Amino acid sequence: MSGTQVFAAGRPGVGRGRWRPAWRGALRGSDVTWAIAFIAPYAAVFLGFVVYPVGYALWMAGRPSLYAELISDPLYLRAAVNTLLFAGVGVNVKMFLALLLSGFFLRRRWWIKPLLAVFVLPWLIAAAQACVSFHWMLIGELGLVNRVLSELFGIDGPIWFNSRWLATGSNIVVYTWKWLPFWTVIFLAARMTIPRDLYDAATVDGATGIRRFIHVTFPLMANLYLICTLLATLWALGDFTTVYLVSGGAPAHSSEVLATLGFRYAFATAQPALGVAAVMSALPVLIPIVIVMMRRLQTREMRL
Amino acid sequence: MSIASDLRQPTWPARGRHRLRRSATEAGSAILGLVLLIWSLAPIYNMFLIALDPEEGEIEFTGNIWIRQPTLDGFIDVVRQEARYLEDFWHQFGNSLYIGLSTAALTVLIGSLASFAVARMRLPKGALLTNAALLTYAIPVSFLIVPYYLIVHNYGLAEDPWAVIAAQVAFATPFAILMLQLYASLIPSQLDDAARVDGASALQIYLRIYLPLTTPAMAVVAIYALMLAWNDYLYPAVLLLPRNMTVAVTQGQLFSDTDAPWNAMMAAAIIYVLPPIALLFALRRYVAASLRTVSSGV
Repeated sequence: MSGTQVFAAGRPGVGRGRWRPAWRGALRGSDVTWAIAFIAPYAAVFLGFVVYPVGYALWMAGRPSLYAELISDPLYLRAAVNTLLFAGVGVNVKMFLALLLSGFFLRRRWWIKPLLAVFVLPWLIAAAQACVSFHWMLIGELGLVNRVLSELFGIDGPIWFNSRWLATGSNIVVYTWKWLPFWTVIFLAARMTIPRDLYDAATVDGATGIRRFIHVTFPLMANLYLICTLLATLWALGDFTTVYLVSGGAPAHSSEVLATLGFRYAFATAQPALGVAAVMSALPVLIPIVIVMMRRLQTREMRL
Repeated sequence: MSIASDLRQPTWPARGRHRLRRSATEAGSAILGLVLLIWSLAPIYNMFLIALDPEEGEIEFTGNIWIRQPTLDGFIDVVRQEARYLEDFWHQFGNSLYIGLSTAALTVLIGSLASFAVARMRLPKGALLTNAALLTYAIPVSFLIVPYYLIVHNYGLAEDPWAVIAAQVAFATPFAILMLQLYASLIPSQLDDAARVDGASALQIYLRIYLPLTTPAMAVVAIYALMLAWNDYLYPAVLLLPRNMTVAVTQGQLFSDTDAPWNAMMAAAIIYVLPPIALLFALRRYVAASLRTVSSGV
């Protein structure tokens, strides 16, 4: 250790302010070669298939005139609002439900385990197949949903994909269906790590039910909840399959989100640069989320 | 009720109220369980409803809500590749398998090499590599499809399954590195030191110590990568031709043709979603144990 520091003192700027483990000097020449060899495959994949596409996207979306074109397109503004609804409202409702359901799945009943096994099925099913099934459940008057409504309850269901809000709502419900189990399982795992003593202590202090949740469970899970919500928002902002296969943007592209609209610009109307600009316009929302999330991930001592 | 008995059993009315409340919550949780059951199974039921329909998939016109006369015609058409759009079903199934397994193998290999360098070789800036890798997830995958499509042409990989595999590996590996690195941090470093004293090279330590000890985490990574590739829609849809498409993509063709054979399509969907479910349920204890180990090590 001292040797390293003497060495570091001779070269200003090296190792300053950071703790250097003693073995650092022992990373011999052949080891450095091995380390480079071990990292090289991933570095190649990262540069060739992540950095290059991202750089290319930024370069394509760099022209300011593209954004003027986007703003003047009513389709774009609708898609932007839909994306915010999809990610803002959809995700928060989903995460809150997941938090509540994770408590439900902690109950000790014989049917809870089989129910959990059925409940996680949506997460295991390929999104495309599930979305196609939902599309056929909702389409027209003869889809399963409207048939059940009329045969069992005598209600004439709406034509779901004839209204922008119903179509967007359908997309949000399908996306919730797909991802609710995943987040429920994450929260369930987190709840299981909360020591029972804490609950016993809370019970002694007279806290039960909702107060136990507010004063014991939630504070312990708050950091995890925030990180998961941010991650889910990130995923929801980029979701393509749900909107593309459930509502398909109907009616008249009014339920599109940025990912599907960018796709249509690029591949249906042959305006690739406009398509990339459409999705890249989400960066002002994405970047703060990523920054907050990375900060939160570093505050590990707050986690369980 | 006399005062005496009141004194002797002061909790009687309270206990009654308690019992009432308990049976109310019991009924409430049973109802919630039922709602969750219907919520989770409705689209799956809809798949079977259409797949088992006898009338050449005219279900959207008959609008049954119960499975009345189930027939396996849809499934038979799929297996014999006699349904329209599904003439290449097994070939496409093979493509899905090829892309999925290649993605899993490469992700495990590349991720395990990189995580070894970061976790065990104690590189001075090792954490930086993991963080840079995780930045991959900052931009949603779907946002990169257009540049990716153009780049793949530059690489000469147009309409090549390897374009899809490369994309999936690039997006799966950051998770693999993180997962393996967390798992590796639970293995005592004295093992490496001992091997080093005995004159083992880094490669030998990787092969003899690291690989055998991280097998459970590698299984989880492999399943993750396989499912990512198997279930993806956008990348294969854009990057592949109909002939070498994955089954996940053929489902999208439903929308361009109202006369498509729905029952066979849904039968194909059911066949396609079964392998990952079977795999995960078969290995669930293994996966759960590995995840628990990692989360306790975080």
